[in-house]
Amino acid sequence: MDLDFSPEDNAFREEARNFIAQNYPQELREKQNRGEDLGREDYLSWHRTLAKKGWSTPSWPKEFGGTEWTPTQKYIWSEEQARADTIGILPFGVAMLAPVIYTFGTQEQKEKFLPGIRDGQVWWCQGYSEPGAGSDLASLKCKAERVTGDDGKEYYIVNGQKTWTTLGQHADWGFFLVRTDPNSKPQAGISFLLIDMKSPGIEVRRITTLEGGHEVNDVFLDNVKVPVENRVFHENQGWTCAKALLAHERSGIAGVARSKRGLERVREIATTERSDAGGPLLADPFFKRKVAELEIDLTALEYTELRTLAGESSGKGPGTESSILKIKGTEIQQRLHELALEAVGHYGAPYLRDLGHNANIGPSYADGLAGDYFNGRKTSIYGGSNEIQRNIIAKMVLGL
Amino acid sequence: MDFSFTEEQSMLRDTVASYLADHYSFEQRRDALKAEPGWRPAVWKAFAEELGILGAPFSEELGGLGGGSTDNMVIMEELGKSLVVEPYLGTVVIGGGFLKHSGYAGAADMIASIIGGETIIAFAYAEPQARYTWQDLKTTAKKDGAGYVLNGQKAVVIGAPYATHLIVTARTGGAQRDAGGVSVFIVPKSAKGVTTRDYPTVDGFRASEVTFENVALGADALIGAEGAALPLVEKVIDEAIVATCAEACGVFRRLHEGTLEYTKQRKQFGQPISQFQVLQHRMVDMFIQLEQSISMTYMADIKLNDSDAERAKGASAAKVQIGKAAKFIGQNAIQLHGGMGMTDEMAIGHYFKRSTMIESAFGSTDHHLARYEGLSLGKVA
Repeated sequence: MDLDFSPEDNAFREEARNFIAQNYPQELREKQNRGEDLGREDYLSWHRTLAKKGWSTPSWPKEFGGTEWTPTQKYIWSEEQARADTIGILPFGVAMLAPVIYTFGTQEQKEKFLPGIRDGQVWWCQGYSEPGAGSDLASLKCKAERVTGDDGKEYYIVNGQKTWTTLGQHADWGFFLVRTDPNSKPQAGISFLLIDMKSPGIEVRRITTLEGGHEVNDVFLDNVKVPVENRVFHENQGWTCAKALLAHERSGIAGVARSKRGLERVREIATTERSDAGGPLLADPFFKRKVAELEIDLTALEYTELRTLAGESSGKGPGTESSILKIKGTEIQQRLHELALEAVGHYGAPYLRDLGHNANIGPSYADGLAGDYFNGRKTSIYGGSNEIQRNIIAKMVLGL
Repeated sequence: MDFSFTEEQSMLRDTVASYLADHYSFEQRRDALKAEPGWRPAVWKAFAEELGILGAPFSEELGGLGGGSTDNMVIMEELGKSLVVEPYLGTVVIGGGFLKHSGYAGAADMIASIIGGETIIAFAYAEPQARYTWQDLKTTAKKDGAGYVLNGQKAVVIGAPYATHLIVTARTGGAQRDAGGVSVFIVPKSAKGVTTRDYPTVDGFRASEVTFENVALGADALIGAEGAALPLVEKVIDEAIVATCAEACGVFRRLHEGTLEYTKQRKQFGQPISQFQVLQHRMVDMFIQLEQSISMTYMADIKLNDSDAERAKGASAAKVQIGKAAKFIGQNAIQLHGGMGMTDEMAIGHYFKRSTMIESAFGSTDHHLARYEGLSLGKVA
């Protein structure tokens, strides 16, 4: 039992740190510093830089472009990214869809789709939730009927609505759960389809969230024609893919390194801000206690994640225990947002989205903190709400 | 980075677990606690001779098994699962810790006799006025020729009724709450002027109020530097905290498992109460607290070998987590057992009592939060 880094680990850290310092896109850095919304090219530029280095898909099997990093190296990499405040690689293709394709897909599907995901050429979005199917995902209604086209080939005709499709406004392709058998049990009649977002009959409509941002969308599908070869795994067995995907979706969700950086930021703000007594806010006994408790809980999360990683390295996939990481990770992210907003006092109130980010109202670190807080409420809802995670642990881990 | 146990540590765990399964059932424990002397010397003898675990954290040169704090952790977790009252913590972890870290001249002999099961140690550090401030000492050791004369009173010395020796903190200089002037002595319990008032504790141990009245000590009773032993005391208490956290993890496991089992067989409204979602989620939250406690215990164990400040931060952070979990898991275990949880006949209540006492052992949650704040956030204040 030790936390020692080997000379190889230290060399890797050095390499990662230097790589970020030398290659992180300058324009992107400036936009982040100004607090601007990022566009499609902003997200993809860093992804492509990493792809050139061979680091865009560390967790994949080696044959498809994985790096075979040890758990320690993955831990170091996430720390170095957080330390340098880089944006994350979008999870939809790399972390969510790709494991489904390389686990369940055909050789043709692997060859057709994995390189575009790895290299940051194709933007993927997720078509899972529906207005009537949220936590009860298996009750989804979006329907796909199999037909033979005029060209003699087999197609699905897809009709229905998906919602909460994150950054779907930028997407080239989407992975969708659709109902191919309306007569069987809810989980049994679902198939997993890959759909070109430029297909006729697809409409993406903006949903504006609390903080005023455009992150999520409704997706309407009206007689969308999808070749049968774009189905992953067997017809009516898409739920198997969906479950595997959700487990992967949860595994990176703890966000320990980012939360550590977030905590540093809260400490910085609370060192500048004054308490009612006139000293630094961080010296206020009540505020200080909240920071200390958060720091301790974050340490507990970190070591729980390290234990999970260590378990994974001995051959097990991300287990259902990763539900713990999702619950605790998102609770901590939300507490950080809460503390940051509390720290800036009056200057949590100004809404500067429409005034531009150089409005010079209040301290610059206060800008957007309320937005982060409002937006951050999503984390305990998405990826299977934290209540659903408790159901999963109750059933899969505790055997209830 | 490595979170696995060595083969030796896994064997150690199995050995202790299988011995306790045979000799430490709930009924066997209950009967032993009710009778005098309130613990089982035969179990201790088995620990020494049959299992050989009293040498686990000592080097092979000293006759030990060559392990360290992680071995203590493994053993303490198993002891926690069976609510063992025999004094491994006081003797091996704390007594052994003082002897190992102090450069004490008589350490080798003393450790040999700990490993053999002959020497049993209780740690007399708390005083009635001092709460969790280890240097708040009214007990004094005045220089007298080459030796010392010890006077004072120690509070709730766990395991003192079974001990052959007491390790005592006393002031050889400075004012009552000064960091300087703290010294540590090893005192045979049979020494003239040592009197004890013995009693049981709520969680099944025996303890004493210990009074020292003009107890004459030789120069060889001093452990560590005269007047400068506070850092040593803090180090050993941090080790005791980590060991207690490990014990707590064992206790929590039993509280959680016991609750799962009970709710699966208890039927109300025509179904097992484990089918109710509100109870399921409560048990999931207990499970999360347990997992976080295990993680923090590993963390604190790893940090024991770090700098003084990191070690102290790690131990306090772990104790905060364990203290909160002790309340949450313990109280909910009783709640979910309903009326049965209130009875003396079920084991669950006894685990609850131990977990409750662990919360305040070596400093409460609030104490360790404040200590952590001082170490992590102190500079801004």
